[in-house]
Amino acid sequence: MKILQCPLNGPRNISEFVCLGEVKPVPGPDAGVAQWADFVFMERNAAGRVREWWLHIATNYVFLVDRDTRSDEILATYRIGDPRLQHPTGEGSAS
Amino acid sequence: MSNEPARLPARAGEFIDRERPLTFTFEGRAYGGFAGDTVAIALTANGVTILSRSFKYHRPRGILSLASCEANSLVEVNGAPNVFAEGHVLRDGDRVRAQNYAGSLAHDRHAWIGAFGRFLPVGFYYRAFFRPRGAWRFWEPYIRRIAGLGRVDVNAPHGYFDKAYLFADVAVIGGGPAGLSAALTAAQAGARIYIIDDQPVLGGSLNYLRPDTAGVRAGKERDALVTRLAATPQTTVMTGASCEGLFADGWLAIVRDRRLYKLRADRVILATGALEQPAVFRNNDLPGIMLGSAAQRLIKAYGVRPGNVAVVLTANDFGYGVALDLADAGVKVAAVLDLRSAVTESALRSAAFARNIRIEVGTKVSEALGRERIRAVRIARVQRETPTKDGYAAPFATVDCDLLCVSTGFAPNLALAAQGGARLVYDQRTAMHRPEDLPTGVIVAGAANQQFDLAAVIADGERAGRGISSAEPDESTSGVSHPFPICPHPKGKEFVDFDEDLTITDIEDTIASGFDDIQLLKRYSTAGMGPSQGRHSAVNTIRIAALARGEPESRIGTTTSRPPYSGETFGVLAGRSFDPVRRTPMHHRHVEAGAQMMVAGAWLRPAYYGALHEAESAIADEVAAVRARAGLIDVSTLGKIEIRGPDAAEFLNRLYFTAHLKQPVSRARYAVMTDATGAITDDGIICRLSDRHFFVTATTSGVDAVVRSMYLWNAHWQLDVDIAHVTSAYAAVNLAGPQSRAILALLCKDVDLSSEAFPYMGVRTGHVADVPARLLRVGFVGELGYEIHLPAGCGEFVWDRLLEVGRGFDIKPFGVEAQRLLRLEKGHIVIGQDTDGLTHPLEVGMRWNTGAKPFFIGGAALQAHAQRGIARKLVGFAIDAGSAIPKECHLVIEGSEIAGRVTSCAYSTAAGHVIGLAYVRPHQAEPGQIFSIRVDGGKLVQARVVTLPFYDPGNARQNA
Repeated sequence: MKILQCPLNGPRNISEFVCLGEVKPVPGPDAGVAQWADFVFMERNAAGRVREWWLHIATNYVFLVDRDTRSDEILATYRIGDPRLQHPTGEGSAS
Repeated sequence: MSNEPARLPARAGEFIDRERPLTFTFEGRAYGGFAGDTVAIALTANGVTILSRSFKYHRPRGILSLASCEANSLVEVNGAPNVFAEGHVLRDGDRVRAQNYAGSLAHDRHAWIGAFGRFLPVGFYYRAFFRPRGAWRFWEPYIRRIAGLGRVDVNAPHGYFDKAYLFADVAVIGGGPAGLSAALTAAQAGARIYIIDDQPVLGGSLNYLRPDTAGVRAGKERDALVTRLAATPQTTVMTGASCEGLFADGWLAIVRDRRLYKLRADRVILATGALEQPAVFRNNDLPGIMLGSAAQRLIKAYGVRPGNVAVVLTANDFGYGVALDLADAGVKVAAVLDLRSAVTESALRSAAFARNIRIEVGTKVSEALGRERIRAVRIARVQRETPTKDGYAAPFATVDCDLLCVSTGFAPNLALAAQGGARLVYDQRTAMHRPEDLPTGVIVAGAANQQFDLAAVIADGERAGRGISSAEPDESTSGVSHPFPICPHPKGKEFVDFDEDLTITDIEDTIASGFDDIQLLKRYSTAGMGPSQGRHSAVNTIRIAALARGEPESRIGTTTSRPPYSGETFGVLAGRSFDPVRRTPMHHRHVEAGAQMMVAGAWLRPAYYGALHEAESAIADEVAAVRARAGLIDVSTLGKIEIRGPDAAEFLNRLYFTAHLKQPVSRARYAVMTDATGAITDDGIICRLSDRHFFVTATTSGVDAVVRSMYLWNAHWQLDVDIAHVTSAYAAVNLAGPQSRAILALLCKDVDLSSEAFPYMGVRTGHVADVPARLLRVGFVGELGYEIHLPAGCGEFVWDRLLEVGRGFDIKPFGVEAQRLLRLEKGHIVIGQDTDGLTHPLEVGMRWNTGAKPFFIGGAALQAHAQRGIARKLVGFAIDAGSAIPKECHLVIEGSEIAGRVTSCAYSTAAGHVIGLAYVRPHQAEPGQIFSIRVDGGKLVQARVVTLPFYDPGNARQNA
């Protein structure tokens, strides 16, 4: 049972969390249906370091996680606005 | 075969308590034993050597390892099937039965199958039973009867099982010399330590191995380690506990009796030892053929003489220790056969020689003879150290014996390391596997780390206790495992896998058929797929595959190790089944009033008030009361969310399909939430309490997802808004009916309830029965009514007061079933019943003022839907009296095609006929049109499209 370091709650069993999918730039207010369809259905699905939205179920706390999709290793966790992030809500691509 | 007792005199350190004898039955016959005996031990002590019949050929089988849970030893205990005879510690009165035979264990009627072995080659079932046509129908009943091993008793009572959580700095798996040393060393640094061992006492191999000629060193070392451990604080010992799984970040699953422990450890030390391996030769499965360590366990841990005349087959120094132990126990050792041609001298070998034990070097067993038990071995010279396909040599002698002990090698027990992701790499030099890429925090020590000299094992344990990963094993580990203890015989029956009855030919044929990758080899032949999961077959299978493919074993690879290690019952995994329910603050009142409670998600809600057989009339009475006078329903399960902040209105406006930015204060609006594909995900009421404060309701089962999506979207938008999920903080009721205003006025004095002051869809705050309350005039059931939200702790009090003052108006509590019918009469949709995962607002007739809002989630998708045109519409329908009443999900049929389906349907007293909602094709949706619904039995019923609502089309009653 993996341990994930939640920025708010500290180290918790991974079963307490839900992965909400990879971080993607959100379409703007004028975006058309094609852009929204891409946003909903398409993922880069990279093999390697990926930045994802995660949620702690009991507290509804939303935060960011860098994960290696090949080894399933949790590389880093960030609160929204963490100075390590290029963009406060993580929308820069994970290197 | 004699049945005389075979007990040896008592000795220090034995696992049994001779002061506590017991009796048990096996196959209906009574036997005696001692507390501490396992089934296998006690039967052996009583001269019973056949434990079971093998899986495929029904050959007699007995003890092999006493360590590793093979199918040989599966028995039925007190009605529970597939219990390991070598693991089940006997209790007085246990009833043990053998498995997998017809007739009797001694004379199994299925044993004839063995004679037809030629017609049952590996994987035969993939090709047999297909022709002639009907062949399977002929064979199936017979095969189903003989398939499997144990029998399930479907009437077995449910046992009690539970789970517990444990935490440690260091978890040591294995309480032998390496594990104990590791624990003692780690304890010096102040660590909290758990030691897990599956045997009844600590000591591991020190309880049975003989590293010295005098035979005293192991016991002394064990006593010293155990004494030191007992004096060490912060160490917890769990014996009789099996580590079944190693998961990420030091999470271990440990099973003891009927409890599953989930142990979280910072560091894990695997001191799991090495499993002695069998040798492969003709008839190597006969009862009386066991591993050398099994014989030593019998003698030293349980005081049982394993036989009368023994032969030892060995390829290392351990076999000589076995020979000395056998001699000390009064067994005549007829010969020690050493597979090695050139043997360096050792103290144990010299001691055996000095006791006039016949030693033959460069000699192997070519064939074991016997029917229900071994009676002799035919021995032959080894042709070379690494035999080729022509390894068969004619035997030169026959040696009589009733016991054959095999000590030709070990396999480090690395299953847990492999579960954690380690790769097992075959070391060609030592002929054993070692782990690479161990997960962080996992260290291997002792024999599991290819250390076999006792001093080296203890030193290795100390290293592990200090947290140091090990280096390459040293020279002392060669010469422990023979690289190819496999002797093919022209007549076959040389068993590689005892669980699955696989012989050398089966493995070779599998490879010749093209299944030569280790993963295919395993699955096609089933090698390693039985109860012992390859613990005795994997290494020899790999060796045979390597020879057949002409490659080194390290290139063959291994199959994947998965939990559980030795097997778990479903009971231990289930534990105590918890079914949590959520109760509203008024729960007890419903039960007291005789409500039939129904489960709605995790909540308990009253379906209706009345006896089971009165359902229809009770519901009809509740409906009539609401329409004529007043009713009261508990809607505390409704989702409730407080949205506050400068951006509250903007936030809701972006999130919902409906418009809320300019919603006036003290007004409520029906709200619909859509997702980015435009599909409706939830609905509710949004009330504006002030410029910056909204009170949002959501569906009972959808609110958790609504709140989650609110947090997620605001993570993107970072609007200045606070989101609070307050569902359980408020109790809520809906007081509905023409008399509801009059009733409420008796308890609410600080809000002007008149129609002008408090119109439909208004929101007011005040007090009801002196309890602070929010009042919403909403119209779900289509009557004048008030949804009253109260602090949860006051819910029951206000419920009581409303019913009390309402008595004069003949108020009735009503339940979910009545409410569903009332809302249907108004044509209101229920999310998840009248909508599915794709339903969007245009399909259910919601007005959309395109362009009124610049942006909301789903807006772009709905533009596309509008342009493309809708494919279905939800309409109201009526069915005239006399027809069958359709049920939800009955299909709408047009011609020969499915045109839609019914989503809600019921008989309405107010309308005087059956009403419902259904999806139909757009061209069928005009009021007055007729469409067909196919009901049970295939009959078609005609339905007429009707404008919604069915009841009070002018909404005069709800707007009163």
